[in-house]
Amino acid sequence: MEQRFVYMDYNATTPLRPEVKAEMIADLEVYANASSMHEAGRRARSRIEQSRASVARLIGATDPERVIFTSGGSESNNTVFATMFHLGRKGPRRGIVTTKIEHPCVLNAAKWLADEGFPVTFVDVDEYGRIRLDQLEKAVGPDTLLVSVMAANNEIGTVQDMVAVSRIAKASGAFFHSDATQSVGKIHVDVNEWGVDYMTMSCHKLYGPKGIGGLYVKTGAPLEPLIRGGHQEHGFRAGTYNNQGILGFGLAADLAREELDEYIVRIGGLRARLRDGILAAVPKSRVNGHPEHVLPNTLNVSFPGAEGEAILLSMDIEGIRVSTGSACASGSLEPSHVLLATGVGPELAHGSIRFSLGRDSTEADVDYVISKIGPIIARLRKMSTVSY
Amino acid sequence: MSDAFAWLYSDVVKEHFTNPKNVFDPAEGFVYNAEGMTGNIKCGDQMMFRLRIEGDVIVDARWKTYGCASAIASTSMLSEVIKGLGIKDAYNIKPDDIVKRLGGLPDNKIHCSVLGDKALRAAIDDYLEKNGRSGEFRNEGARIICSCLNISDRDIEEAVKQGARDWAGLQDRTKIGTVCGGCKESAEELLHEYVHIFAE
Repeated sequence: MEQRFVYMDYNATTPLRPEVKAEMIADLEVYANASSMHEAGRRARSRIEQSRASVARLIGATDPERVIFTSGGSESNNTVFATMFHLGRKGPRRGIVTTKIEHPCVLNAAKWLADEGFPVTFVDVDEYGRIRLDQLEKAVGPDTLLVSVMAANNEIGTVQDMVAVSRIAKASGAFFHSDATQSVGKIHVDVNEWGVDYMTMSCHKLYGPKGIGGLYVKTGAPLEPLIRGGHQEHGFRAGTYNNQGILGFGLAADLAREELDEYIVRIGGLRARLRDGILAAVPKSRVNGHPEHVLPNTLNVSFPGAEGEAILLSMDIEGIRVSTGSACASGSLEPSHVLLATGVGPELAHGSIRFSLGRDSTEADVDYVISKIGPIIARLRKMSTVSY
Repeated sequence: MSDAFAWLYSDVVKEHFTNPKNVFDPAEGFVYNAEGMTGNIKCGDQMMFRLRIEGDVIVDARWKTYGCASAIASTSMLSEVIKGLGIKDAYNIKPDDIVKRLGGLPDNKIHCSVLGDKALRAAIDDYLEKNGRSGEFRNEGARIICSCLNISDRDIEEAVKQGARDWAGLQDRTKIGTVCGGCKESAEELLHEYVHIFAE
């Protein structure tokens, strides 16, 4: 088979859609500050408000004003945790409850609050990566300030039962936050159905530009600005408007909403093809994550006997871009905290690869990956001290 | 390193990763009289050496590695370097020698090639033991860490293999740092490295 270039790392980031890129470039001519009162400023501002409405529509928020633009997922998550810091210092509730499989940005924000003396609980997940609802129920109480649970996991793609999680969180009287960075644009997201008080979004995961994201804040949920300054975003997020980024977010959100149903079916089909092909091509390979409640684009596989970085670089040589849960690729000594939390042993976690598909993925891409993975794993296993 | 983004590693590393030399193949019927293994799958690296030694010279070598690209490449390079080498010289090969021959490695990858020389020494120790010469090279190439009590990096390594996991455990076994204490920082650094390699 002829060498191809296959990008299967869409959970890391997505390419900018050409139609979004074209409009952003054209919009670069609009240099006016969207806060300016004059006509040019008002015109820039109007496009920003259109984008806000588009993003709100994508997540089922009836009031666009409840969407605040930020620089991305990390800022949105940190804004929520900083808000909790301020609330917890003044009020009686201080407990933070989250999970062991959150993105490092939530984990580290939670650890920061723990260092500041807040009681923080990291709830376990089951073997498929779903939060243990029984533990969650025990962890929350009248002192709980925030429950933060990511809607879908970036590494294994497991989607939580958001309605059930929300019910437990809300019953305790706590605020409920969800990092939906990997969910928005991939599955149906509805802030009202999920009952979130706060929800984090990132634009570059849905074929928009990097450096722009959003935070949904339910009416009545308190918010403390992380960045203080001017009156932008009602004073919740100061700083000159990122006109082109926001424009790109709005356009990407519209397209994602229009194409979502088709995306779920088509990409889900490709994922099934890839999964079945890999399992058939590589003996003893195993799929991580939930068999059913999983993102349509995310497939995480462990290859016993082979190490993840070596697999990743072997695939890279063949033109295939993927990521791994191995420690060797991360600069830390520990393999994926997500896989370890699901009970996958360190040996299997080191040998795990995440394939994440996207809207440019094709059957030919999938078949190319399937054709290469067998020989790559066989070669590494032949060199390996580990029998599998 | 050459253009890092042509590839993550040097061209030499890439060559040894894609075309590793002297990989042990059970079908080959390789005859060996020494074997050594080190590392831990939990940490993501494990290496095994099999050597054919004749008259204290390594005539041929084979290896297996579970690990990342640089672990594979550094073991492959080491297996080339030791052929024809006296066991005493082989015992004294430093990780740095291999890293240099590989055209450099990223800092966080040095650890991988540190394992190669340890697996090799384990194999040579195995040979010595089988020939009634246990521990003959024990202090070959050793670096004195605690000059008050003449305690070397090899002694620290040995203490970790015997169960030392922290400073107190190391002191129990070696009495290191009980005179002036000036070696504590460098000794603890080694301790953590060896605990990671041999015990975690």
